Amino acid sequence: MGAVLVALLVPGLAFAASPVSQQQNGDAPPPVEGATMRVGLQQQIDSLNPFLGYTLASTDIFRSIYPTLTTYAADDFSVEPELAESWESSPDRLTWTFRIRDGATWSDGEPITAQDAAFTYNLMMTDSAASSANGTFVENFESVEAPDDGTLVIRTKTPQSTMLAIDAPIVPEHVWSGVDDIANFTNDEMPVVSGGPFTLTEYEPEQYVTLEANEQYWRGPPKIDELQFVQFKNSDAAVQALRKGEIDVVQKLTPAQFDALADEENIEQVRGQGRRFYEIILNPGATNSENQPIGSGHPALTDVRVRQAIDHAIDREAIVERVLGGYGEQGGGYLPPIFADYHWSPPPEQRRGFDIGEANRILDEAGYQRGEGGIRRTPQGEPLNFDFVLHGDESSDTQVGEFVKQWLRDIGIAVELQPVSDSQLGDRTTAGDFDMVISGWSANPDPDYVLKLQTCGARPSPDGGGLPDTFLCDRQYDELYDRQLAEFDPAARQDLVKQAQQRFYEQATGLVLYYQNSLEAYRSDRFSGFTTQPADNGVVTAQQGFWGYYGAVPTEAAATTGSGQGYGTVAMALGGAVVVLGAVGGVVLLRRRATADTRE
Amino acid sequence: MTGPAETPEAAESEEREPSRWGRFLAGKLGGAAVSLVLVAILGFFLFRVLPGDPARAMTQGAPVSGEQLAELRSRLGLDQPLWKQFVDYMVGLVGGDLGTSYTYSRPVTELIGERLGPTVLLVGTATGLAVLLGLWMGTRAAWRHGSAFDKSATSVALTLWSVPTFWLGLILLMVFGVGAGPIPGLFPVGGMTSSSPPDGLLPQILDVAHHLVLPSLTMVAVIYAQYLMVMRSSLLEEMGAEYLTTARAKGLREDLVRRRHAVPNALLPTVTLIFLHLGLVAAGAITVETVFSWPGLGLLLFEALRVPDLPVVQGVFLVMSASVIVMNLLADLVYRFLDPRVRES
Repeated sequence: MGAVLVALLVPGLAFAASPVSQQQNGDAPPPVEGATMRVGLQQQIDSLNPFLGYTLASTDIFRSIYPTLTTYAADDFSVEPELAESWESSPDRLTWTFRIRDGATWSDGEPITAQDAAFTYNLMMTDSAASSANGTFVENFESVEAPDDGTLVIRTKTPQSTMLAIDAPIVPEHVWSGVDDIANFTNDEMPVVSGGPFTLTEYEPEQYVTLEANEQYWRGPPKIDELQFVQFKNSDAAVQALRKGEIDVVQKLTPAQFDALADEENIEQVRGQGRRFYEIILNPGATNSENQPIGSGHPALTDVRVRQAIDHAIDREAIVERVLGGYGEQGGGYLPPIFADYHWSPPPEQRRGFDIGEANRILDEAGYQRGEGGIRRTPQGEPLNFDFVLHGDESSDTQVGEFVKQWLRDIGIAVELQPVSDSQLGDRTTAGDFDMVISGWSANPDPDYVLKLQTCGARPSPDGGGLPDTFLCDRQYDELYDRQLAEFDPAARQDLVKQAQQRFYEQATGLVLYYQNSLEAYRSDRFSGFTTQPADNGVVTAQQGFWGYYGAVPTEAAATTGSGQGYGTVAMALGGAVVVLGAVGGVVLLRRRATADTRE
Repeated sequence: MTGPAETPEAAESEEREPSRWGRFLAGKLGGAAVSLVLVAILGFFLFRVLPGDPARAMTQGAPVSGEQLAELRSRLGLDQPLWKQFVDYMVGLVGGDLGTSYTYSRPVTELIGERLGPTVLLVGTATGLAVLLGLWMGTRAAWRHGSAFDKSATSVALTLWSVPTFWLGLILLMVFGVGAGPIPGLFPVGGMTSSSPPDGLLPQILDVAHHLVLPSLTMVAVIYAQYLMVMRSSLLEEMGAEYLTTARAKGLREDLVRRRHAVPNALLPTVTLIFLHLGLVAAGAITVETVFSWPGLGLLLFEALRVPDLPVVQGVFLVMSASVIVMNLLADLVYRFLDPRVRES
């Protein structure tokens, strides 16, 4: 063992003196012109087909290579023209006309026209496989037509205010019209014909993806020449790779990893507001779309007073400090504060602060008397003992579970923690088979989708279809939801969205505990700046757009040194050492064999 | 492991030999084939009890409607009755088709093909090195059992064996990948190739070799102890044997007695162990593959189980089982070939 190690190290010791950042260009590939940015990826790319890929990793790639009608501004998520340079809607709000910009081209030189957009949306409306990932955007479309190359006309069944948030990638008709079977089309013919700021040129599954700058991009080419996503299967390795300079950007850091990078020179930390909210669902008496009760919720939780009392017993400040290491904001309203236009925060007179005394008072008043062992009972005599279902492989869930269990014991409620796998948790949530369960969603700049989760319509059908969240089914909430979807005045819509959140907060079916920060870091010796989204406290990767990668400014060092890791010499020496060792060993063995034969 | 097939004939003659081998082979091959079919059937039903709805897991967090989920399920064939799914699966299997992955929307055979190479490379290299190291050290340790070498070699090996693979991998990654103190970062932190591979075949081979060092070193450190211990104990058993006394009486040098008489006999149990280990090739690498982001089969299975991506899970299960079955078969054959006592029984 020791001998082997030494043999491996000796050739390398010669390079011990050279710092990491200096490249050994001995046998390294010749430096490329311009800079390559390598982003550590900790999630699988499920498909390169933009109609099928669900994961954030895939979505991030699609955003960088395919155009959309409109996009979200880097500064503040406001609507920004992309392929459509202007738009108008008819007086009845049912017909939308988009002017498609002139002069944009696909990477193979063909012009991008309204025909491409019409083809894409029609495909999503008619082919079930094509509607897999982004079908919700076209659910309410009546028809999509392109009367000429510069005009796209979309008619909707009912007025919808989300028409400037159609986040579906638009694909080239001349490539995709020949695809018979969308479900089995892998879209890995390189280079992939695309029209965004980057072009996909190389894909090694489970290893890396290479995108090259699109010199023809109508906004102008990106400042970097190449964008690479390098797969890492565990985040610790990705952090080490950043420290070493093997990659330039890491995302999804844990608080501990983030803190560990604080003193590293050449590494800049980015602490951005997250798009996720983290909530505890209290089963309010789950029903399906036919209004039949389903699942196994505890009857006491159908009482809004019990749900509100539980909220009073949760110390959000402690959870943010202890579970997130301070990297997050205390929860209140439903939508995260990163979307400032829509975020609602309960005013002081409505906010349910951490107050065990108040929680006990509410429960006493509501007639839940303490019984044996200090556990409260319903007026019918049933003890308040709740199942709390959590993700078994998430440490944050485990910690939150333990805290909540202790606090609820103080108000006379017994909690049994039930850690399960992700898919089991999803199944039990949909079936209403829980008293308390952890949930959470990533919100989009347009709040419609997450708001819809709390409507009666989101409840599962009797055959188990559907995607419910808290099983709230409240007429007042639904009315506010419908009104905001049909409201085209931005200020008025924001107001309705806030009212809906207020109603959701009062009902206390979902207790939003926190909004987690998004923790990233990059090599400041190779990149001097990124466009963050939003401008203040924004993120660099996985944006609602491509601004971070598009606006990244490479330093002199990054532009002049190749991305070759300069291991050529070391590798050669190593390889040589191994070969020599093997040869010597072999010769020795053979000789000993030979002499042994003669001796016997 | 089943023992070699008994042959009822007591009378043995030279010309009967091939037919006995033939019958033995046929029996073994038949057994292996039956096992494979059973594994295929078992695998299908076994993974059907996994909790979780693949359609929901795949679309986790994406804006999808209930109708879309239903469509997705019907596209995956999950809405078919179980017997129908089973028949489709078996029919596909006969044609060498393992179905299409849910998550990757690609044929499972393609996915497995892509990942099998890296895993075989990693585990093959590591097992090869571990066998050499373990056998050599085990032999030394047994021959001079009780010596300082014996004590230190066994205790080091046992210590490494009991260290968690994940932890050891991360330590090696930090010390030799990133660099610690005077030690520079000599090896890549993850992956199998550089993200911009060099041009030319030899540089590319070296690039892969360079990435291979740390993961295979981790694996060797963890597994070589088993070979060392088995070799050591089986050699110790042989050491009192009378034929060794005979060999010494013939005046042979001590190392010849060891190499030409004791070791070959002691190797028998070790050979079996090596083959059985090779059978577990894919399964054994999951942890190391995870630490070093090695694009192998173990990782594919791990991620597929979470969904559960049934076609992938079934496919990998089948490949892993097949490798165990085939290696078992080989172990039986090689054992019979190596050990005259078994051959004559």
